[in-house]
Amino acid sequence: MSVDTSKVATTNATTPATGAKKPGRGGVVANWADERLGLGGLMKKNLRKVFPDHWSFMLGEVALWSFVVLLLSGVFLTLWFNPSMGEIEYQGSYDQLRDIPMSEAMASTLHISFDVRGGLLMRQIHHWAAMLFIAAMFVHLMRVFFTGAHRKPRELNWVIGSLLLLLGSLEGFTGYSLPDDLLSGTGVRAADGFMKSMPVVGTYMSFFLFGGEFPGESIIPRLYIVHVLLIPGLLLALIAAHMLLLVYHKHTQWPGPGRTEQNVVGFPMLPVYMAKAGGFFFIVFGVTALMGALLSINPVWKYGPYDPSKVTAGSQPDWYMGWPDGALRIMPGWESSFWGTTWSWNVFFPIIVLPGLMFTILLLLPFIESWITGDKREHHLLQRPRNAPTRTAVMVALMTFIGALWAAGGNDILAIKLHLSINQITYFMRAFVFVGPVLAFIITRRWCISLQRKDNQDLLHGFETGVILRSPEGGYTERHAPLPSSRQYTLTARDRGTVDAEAPGPDPSGLAPKQGRLSGLRRRLNTMWYADDVAKPTREELEEAHHHAEHEHELQAPLDGHAADGHQFDGHHAVEGEELRPRH
Amino acid sequence: MSEHTSDNLPVGPSGEEEPIANPGLPEHTWRPTDVDAKAEKRAERQVAFFFALSAICAVLFVVAYFSLDVGDNWDTFLGLGASNLALGTSLGGALLFIGIGVIQWARKLMGDHEIVEMRHPARSSDEDREGTLAALAAGLEESGISRRPLVRNSLLGSLAMLGLPAIVVLRDLGPLPGDVYDDEEYEGAGLERTVWKKGMRVVRDVIGTPIKPSEVEIGDLINCEPAILFETDEEGEPLLHGVEVQIAKSKGAVILVRMEPGDITHGEGRENWAVDGIVAYSKICTHVGCPISLYEQSTHHVLCPCHQSTFDLADSARVVFGPAARALPQLALEVDEEGYLVAQDDFNEPVGPSYWERDSE
Repeated sequence: MSVDTSKVATTNATTPATGAKKPGRGGVVANWADERLGLGGLMKKNLRKVFPDHWSFMLGEVALWSFVVLLLSGVFLTLWFNPSMGEIEYQGSYDQLRDIPMSEAMASTLHISFDVRGGLLMRQIHHWAAMLFIAAMFVHLMRVFFTGAHRKPRELNWVIGSLLLLLGSLEGFTGYSLPDDLLSGTGVRAADGFMKSMPVVGTYMSFFLFGGEFPGESIIPRLYIVHVLLIPGLLLALIAAHMLLLVYHKHTQWPGPGRTEQNVVGFPMLPVYMAKAGGFFFIVFGVTALMGALLSINPVWKYGPYDPSKVTAGSQPDWYMGWPDGALRIMPGWESSFWGTTWSWNVFFPIIVLPGLMFTILLLLPFIESWITGDKREHHLLQRPRNAPTRTAVMVALMTFIGALWAAGGNDILAIKLHLSINQITYFMRAFVFVGPVLAFIITRRWCISLQRKDNQDLLHGFETGVILRSPEGGYTERHAPLPSSRQYTLTARDRGTVDAEAPGPDPSGLAPKQGRLSGLRRRLNTMWYADDVAKPTREELEEAHHHAEHEHELQAPLDGHAADGHQFDGHHAVEGEELRPRH
Repeated sequence: MSEHTSDNLPVGPSGEEEPIANPGLPEHTWRPTDVDAKAEKRAERQVAFFFALSAICAVLFVVAYFSLDVGDNWDTFLGLGASNLALGTSLGGALLFIGIGVIQWARKLMGDHEIVEMRHPARSSDEDREGTLAALAAGLEESGISRRPLVRNSLLGSLAMLGLPAIVVLRDLGPLPGDVYDDEEYEGAGLERTVWKKGMRVVRDVIGTPIKPSEVEIGDLINCEPAILFETDEEGEPLLHGVEVQIAKSKGAVILVRMEPGDITHGEGRENWAVDGIVAYSKICTHVGCPISLYEQSTHHVLCPCHQSTFDLADSARVVFGPAARALPQLALEVDEEGYLVAQDDFNEPVGPSYWERDSE
């Protein structure tokens, strides 16, 4: 598109982008590279690739950059960390632990913390960046789902993102287990118990993982290689795939004037996004560096080396592992034994089955939704959460479930801080994990529908100006003014109701609609999905309402401009020509 | 795809006429830096200023690195480690100021014209699809994979068999649980056994001193270990070392409490397992294996800090609350000829978390 640059200041693209006469030094390099790599075509397409702008698109970027920070700080830590469970007596700088036997992993962690300059900083940056990485992935996931960015054609990118969240959590667990301190050792001890709860294979898995009986001498070196090679490799590959798909699909955008399903409006990769995203990397790195400087995290020297007979009160995993731990805490102590075997439902269900089940639900969310709605179209415009009330309510219900379990994972802390009985908190949570999500679902759904009504009201009757008018008869009315047309358009740029509420939609293959066993269920779910949804007004309704508003205005016109709040008559003002509020 | 629009995109949100026509992109508004040379210069100076601040922070980092001590006698500042604080804030500044400068540059000085790019459906064109299918068909035909089921099936079979080496090669990751018990290569090997045996003294944790019943007050809880952890051979070398110590501790740790003998409800067949109101239970939680620790004297309850399972030590350590399913195993106590507390035998059931092969009946 042609851009009027006549007014642009001197530094700002004064020369048109037509070919320069002599190739500069950059041109020589580009020529050299292109003759060998042939990337010219690819670069032409992508150098000025357009990305839309919105603050919420930054959340995934936080995750991406904190991963880069993790790679950099992690490489630094490997230069000193010794992943060995060989026992030595600590002889480093930290007085309180000197002469105490501990593993080389723990001793080298203390060495990094006390004797390597910048070592503690890097440890803390690494741990904080890990927290940020996973937190950003969680929030990014919610943003994507709430705005409908997981719909076709992006379902596979949703799956990749979910895998990243799972692997990121495992990476976090293997990472904080490495120092072999008392807290992390207790976590590994619990993980041993989790594995042993698995029917048939559990005991074998435990003995194979630990190289014999817990704790053995193998677990730290094995977790180390998983932590520094296996999972990061997978994460890198999946992140690359995630980004490639993002580029291929082009980023979703919010609807608005000039923004449609067929285009993408925003700023070009070079230079704006190169600068903004590149600059943002430095911001994320800088913030984690400040956190590493100012906020202590995982002070392993306070916990001491791992000893299977010791434990500290308030032992908890890192926060992202908190929700399965909460499920474990509130699970009743059910166990059965028959034929000489023991079935630990109290461990197996909350810590093995439940996370697997929740993760499967997470992976399938886009497919379940499109199955229910029958919507097989591509979507590139985002939806406001209120405009998909059932979907929004589903996510809030899931968040409530996970949040309740997470709170249950801190039931001891809650009991101490709030002076409550831990037993009562636990009993309450046992009920709340079932009741809470249902309540959250209902409240969220109704809330969204009310917001839809509010939008329609603003469209039809305009917004409340706060200007009160009194009629000659003595009645009071508030003056409403129409929204700006761009805002009106943005509010109406959304799907109208169902895709195929009545009949199964036209099958993409053109075959007769399938009448499988589940089609009745699907129909019912479809009806429930869209029930009570408030459709946007039609053109006729809108014109009718505007016509009505104009009529009102005419009636109110004589009253207008005669301010009557008494302010004008306080003796300090000339009453003549005074206006109460700027006119709309 | 015939039912859909050719490019597979919905036309308008639902294809129907929109209530309000799309007004099109709003007109570009010029920023002060676009039209005011002064504002532009000012923005330029701001950006350069941020970059200069970053460079200063980088120098400060180097100064802090070489001037502030870590190790035995580290410098402190406001009670914080001065080195960590100075290195972190200067590094943070060096990074943040670059980021702020670059973003300021992008916002104030780089072009801010919105560009429109058209989208294309994710699917490839019909032509490409047909070409791909034709190529695929030709390739498969030439390979003969469908015409030669013997070749195909034997290949699939051999690939499937490759799974065997892939799994079997991991076999030596660890010994089988049963073999560990049978071979008994170290004291107390196997899940069904600990280092406790008849006559082994119950000694205090950490210091390893034996305990006489008279030294234990009513209401006391003492963390104890089996005496073997502190025993040495003729040359003064510990009997157990390294991983053997950790394994022994992970199963052998016990808690010893004394209460009014009348408060104790003895389990069946456990009437003589206590000595003067002193009872000993495994310290390892039967839930997932954390060492339990928090004792409430008045109720004789002990709580696991990991998942809050609560056991009643006055009643065979049965579970009174929480996710654990089984009571803590009890260690039968007696007194040896010197008057110290010793075990009557090993635990009569496996300690720690449940596992599938455990016979809990």
